[in-house]
Amino acid sequence: MHADPIGVLTGAHFIDGDHACSEGAIAAGCRFVAGYPITPSTEVVERIADRFPFVGGVFIQMEDEIASSIAIQGAVWGGKKAMTVTSGPGFSLMMEHIGFAAMTETPCVFVDVQRAGPSTGLPTMPAQGDMMQARWGSHGDYQIIAIAPNSPQECFDLTIHAFNLSERYRVPVMMMMDECVGHMIERVVIPEAEKIEVHNRKVYEGPKENYLAFEAGRDLVPTMVKAGDGYKIHVTGLTHDEKGYPNMSVATQAKLVQRLMDKIRLNADDIIKYEEENVEGADIVVVTFGITSRTAIPAIEQARAKGLKVGHLRLIVCWPFPEKRIRELAGRVKAIVMPELNMGQMVYEVERCAAGKCNVVSVPHAGGTVHQPKDILAAIEKSIRGK
Amino acid sequence: MPEELYEIEANIPANPIEEYLRMDRMPHIWCPGCGIGTTVNCFVRALQTSGLDLDKVAVVSGIGCTGRVAGYMNLDSFHTTHGRAIPFATGLKLANPELKVVVYSGDGDLTAIGGNHFIHAARRNMDITVILINNMIYGMTGGQVAPTTPVGATASTTPHGNFEETFNLPFLAESCGAVYVARWTAHHVRHLTKSIKEALAKKGFSFIEILAPCPTLYSRRNKLGDGLDQMEFYRDHSQIKNGADTKSVAIDFQGDIVVGKFVDKERPTYLEAMNNHYQKKYGDRYVPSEEMRKVFHA
Ligand SMILES: Cc1ncc(C[n+]2csc(CCOP(=O)(O)OP(=O)(O)O)c2C)c(N)n1
Ligand code: SF4
Ligand SMILES: [Mg+2]
Repeated sequence: MHADPIGVLTGAHFIDGDHACSEGAIAAGCRFVAGYPITPSTEVVERIADRFPFVGGVFIQMEDEIASSIAIQGAVWGGKKAMTVTSGPGFSLMMEHIGFAAMTETPCVFVDVQRAGPSTGLPTMPAQGDMMQARWGSHGDYQIIAIAPNSPQECFDLTIHAFNLSERYRVPVMMMMDECVGHMIERVVIPEAEKIEVHNRKVYEGPKENYLAFEAGRDLVPTMVKAGDGYKIHVTGLTHDEKGYPNMSVATQAKLVQRLMDKIRLNADDIIKYEEENVEGADIVVVTFGITSRTAIPAIEQARAKGLKVGHLRLIVCWPFPEKRIRELAGRVKAIVMPELNMGQMVYEVERCAAGKCNVVSVPHAGGTVHQPKDILAAIEKSIRGK
Repeated sequence: MPEELYEIEANIPANPIEEYLRMDRMPHIWCPGCGIGTTVNCFVRALQTSGLDLDKVAVVSGIGCTGRVAGYMNLDSFHTTHGRAIPFATGLKLANPELKVVVYSGDGDLTAIGGNHFIHAARRNMDITVILINNMIYGMTGGQVAPTTPVGATASTTPHGNFEETFNLPFLAESCGAVYVARWTAHHVRHLTKSIKEALAKKGFSFIEILAPCPTLYSRRNKLGDGLDQMEFYRDHSQIKNGADTKSVAIDFQGDIVVGKFVDKERPTYLEAMNNHYQKKYGDRYVPSEEMRKVFHA
């Protein structure tokens, strides 16, 4: 499927990442957004509020983020593509509904423009401190997808991708932006609508009797219908059987949770996305994501100028994590260096996958600004000296 | 079980409300004497005569004993999270205005954890019907105090008696802007059925509070007898006062209960206001969704 041309502002624009994210959502076919203002994410909903009356969309500013994060799910079951947008404190309030979306297999997008925390922290300044929360923040076992753009162009492209993945896997997808990427103004090229690929959820159109709303085929993703189609579906956050009916048995729980995990895990190769440079033959690989991928570049260049064999792996999809690739690399490099705008979060994954096969060096930062390239350079140099 | 008794039971003709229920989910979880089932019966009978296309009616519940209503209705039904039925219903209605969206949930769910959503949906005159079962207690979790527990009543978390002021829900709903406000008890099945039918036909935020017995956790702990005793109490202590000033209808512990239709007025609903606003401001430049166009721009 291609994007509906009505929402697509084909051409080159100078806009910030937040606005690019709004345009990506519109191009992806998002027609319902609920949100509550919070810096540095507000521009996303402001642009949506401005644009939606002309593209067939409904925007509502709800009374809080709890309401926003469940209103979007009502809209999805009403047949729309929907997203909500927030930053740290609001993201914390949304956690229960990330679990609800995972449990009820409600495709939707959560945009988190990360700022420094904990708590109110540094409201207008960047961080990448919500990465583990995105993965683990709701209770119980479930899987989500999380994506980290590093430029306004990617805020556009990857928001479309986020919707496509959420529709395909019926899973909540997190756009893990940060204040820098959200507020940075760069050239964003929006292609023609017919060049934008858009995926829609698989819709069931068979007989109404005995429709099993949560029965999955081989891809582990059930087909969907919407309220009003006459299927009289039941959707619950309780453990449920294929029909969607609550079933309080250990066996039903095991089967359901296993499928919710497997539909992402077993499709991880299709979902995972990263970018590599100079990784072949490298002694050291710097692993980054989001804005940190850009602050790492001067450090990597300086290290290479000094004769060090340094490669760069940038995570584009952070969850699911590219376990296989990191395992492989750990087996043949001397060190992996991971700068991130938090006190060390994704580096836990790197350490887990490296499993002692190479030196893993975290370059933490409490947030508020970006890393100094010299600090990353120092970590790169130290990473093999220490060996 | 004796053979003939089994035979007789098997031959009972189907109850006319069965087709509205998910009979494959019976028996339900509600205790003997619980008032929730009675209200569901009234809801179904209201639906039966409402003339609504049942394919276009959706029920949204939160969490609690009342929250289980969604799961028993043979309609598109959503059992959401605790307190959040109203915002879910808001999204559903805005996505597809063709749907009649009914929120059916408990007093704790809708006015404690969900209180913020309740007042804002009423303020917006969101196009939904809210049916609230007030059993004066948190039933599902074992009888804890609720914002609706009368002063002087005992709950598991107010073992020495409740001293917190109680919500007067019709007053709350009216002050926030609800266009239809009524209160009945599970004893008033005919009035209640009629009232639900009216609320379903009403545009905007319609609200019905239904007092219903929770014999297991409220009546027993407060030594008020069983479900039947509670129904007798409703019969003997209710006064029907349609149009009563909602300020005057607060509920005291075992005091008289004012029931009736208190508010029935018109003001633009959220969807009307939104569509009119954009239409007026932008004319043909305004592009409503397809579903919106069907309902508001036909
Ligand atoms: C976020 C959250 N907090 C607490 C609970 C536990 N809980 C479930 S139902 C309920 C109270 C229900 O009371 P009410 O809405 O009055 O419904 P009733 O059972 O009385 O019909 C509570 C506190 C929960 N499920 N979720
Ligand atoms: S606990 Fe109370 S409200 Fe819940 S089913 Fe039993 S009687 Fe009804
Ligand atoms: Mg209750």
